[in-house]
Amino acid sequence: MSEMRYEAPKTLEAAVALLAGANGRAKVLAGGTDLLIQMRSGRMEPALLVDIKGIPEMMSIVAENGGYRFGAAVSSMDLIEHKEFAKAWPGVVDGIKYIGSLQVKARASVGGNLCNASPAADSVPALIAAGAVANIVGPKGRREVPVEQIPAGPGKTSLAPGEIVASLRLPRRPAHSGDAYLRFTPRTEMDIAVVGAGVNLTLDDKGICKQARVCLGAVADRAVLVPEAAAALVGTRVDDAALKRLSAAASAACRPIDDKRGTKEYRIKVAGVMARRAAEKALERARNN
Amino acid sequence: MAKNRVTAKVNGDSVEFLCETGQTLLEVLRDELRLTGTKEGCGTGDCGACSVTVDGRLMCSCLMLGVEAEGKSIQTIEGMATGEKLHPLQQKFLEHAALQCGVCTPGMLIAARSLLERNPDPTEQEVRDGLAGNLCRCTGYHKIVEAVLDAAREMRGA
Repeated sequence: MSEMRYEAPKTLEAAVALLAGANGRAKVLAGGTDLLIQMRSGRMEPALLVDIKGIPEMMSIVAENGGYRFGAAVSSMDLIEHKEFAKAWPGVVDGIKYIGSLQVKARASVGGNLCNASPAADSVPALIAAGAVANIVGPKGRREVPVEQIPAGPGKTSLAPGEIVASLRLPRRPAHSGDAYLRFTPRTEMDIAVVGAGVNLTLDDKGICKQARVCLGAVADRAVLVPEAAAALVGTRVDDAALKRLSAAASAACRPIDDKRGTKEYRIKVAGVMARRAAEKALERARNN
Repeated sequence: MAKNRVTAKVNGDSVEFLCETGQTLLEVLRDELRLTGTKEGCGTGDCGACSVTVDGRLMCSCLMLGVEAEGKSIQTIEGMATGEKLHPLQQKFLEHAALQCGVCTPGMLIAARSLLERNPDPTEQEVRDGLAGNLCRCTGYHKIVEAVLDAAREMRGA
């Protein structure tokens, strides 16, 4: 590690240039809560660390066109404590709150949670359910992609070499919308999701669900958007029959592994339960705004 | 390869140190600045033994690089007492026997102070949540929670 260089650029262009000049041996450093551990274990031996926390665009939370844009390096605590953001997207904040201890959340960024690409990342299903869009900067310029297109498997993303997720954008949401994220873990704190479920829905003036998005975490090699589960809600009052169909669709979409946290069979069953509970919580929030 | 030169504040004092890029803030505090009150537990951000505050935020010093401390203000356990006078939290930890081996104690105290700065009148559940990132393997949590609640009462003047 003694040869490792550290740079803290002030602009995205400078960060991209540093990454481009490092022959793939550079790593982006935001909160470092995954990277430092990977370096310590020897799994990762970068020649250059590019600390992006000095780049204003990557560290700000701004209201934009009735929605929000936040920098990919903003710490979890900064988002949790941003009252207007937390009010606008309570389900996204539900997910962010689960990222780790207070100590970890003071450093860990949502962009890092996304790009570390753990299938169990807690903020990711909530972001996907919310319809979040990632703004990516790289050697070929900028592009925007829906968040669900970024994870590509455990530890893998669809980002091209040298690309950085600069910010995440949450669109303006219509009246009577609500979102929620729930996860199942054996402990209440400091644990990794056995199953996570994010639901975002919008009701019309009569209380009929007019749009919905449902996304599951920790039940496949990446977060899974489940249009069939969303379709079970649309056109209904999110009643018991609709929730049963949502549950079944969520379970059917799982492609989990067996591990020490849960068996395949268990995850498939619990995914249906968590999706239902998240939908009920999202419904309650939608009715209240 | 040249080391990184870093200027920061530690417990209110300006400090300057040299560190390699891979050195964590914890290593800098202990090995370069000789502030050994901050303990290394797991080294992977799970146990909270190395808790410090950086610009007022509670963090694990094992999850931050020394070089990232440039321009930051860091508070460690060494800055908690005023001379010989213990902080109320330290005093209450003693009175309630809220420690055995003591390795988690500096981190517990730093996390507890951070909690009480944000919430001077926490419920028992809020104390437990506020200390969820700090593991103790010998005393257990009950005495620690009692000590924090008692210190909070005293600090509020209640």
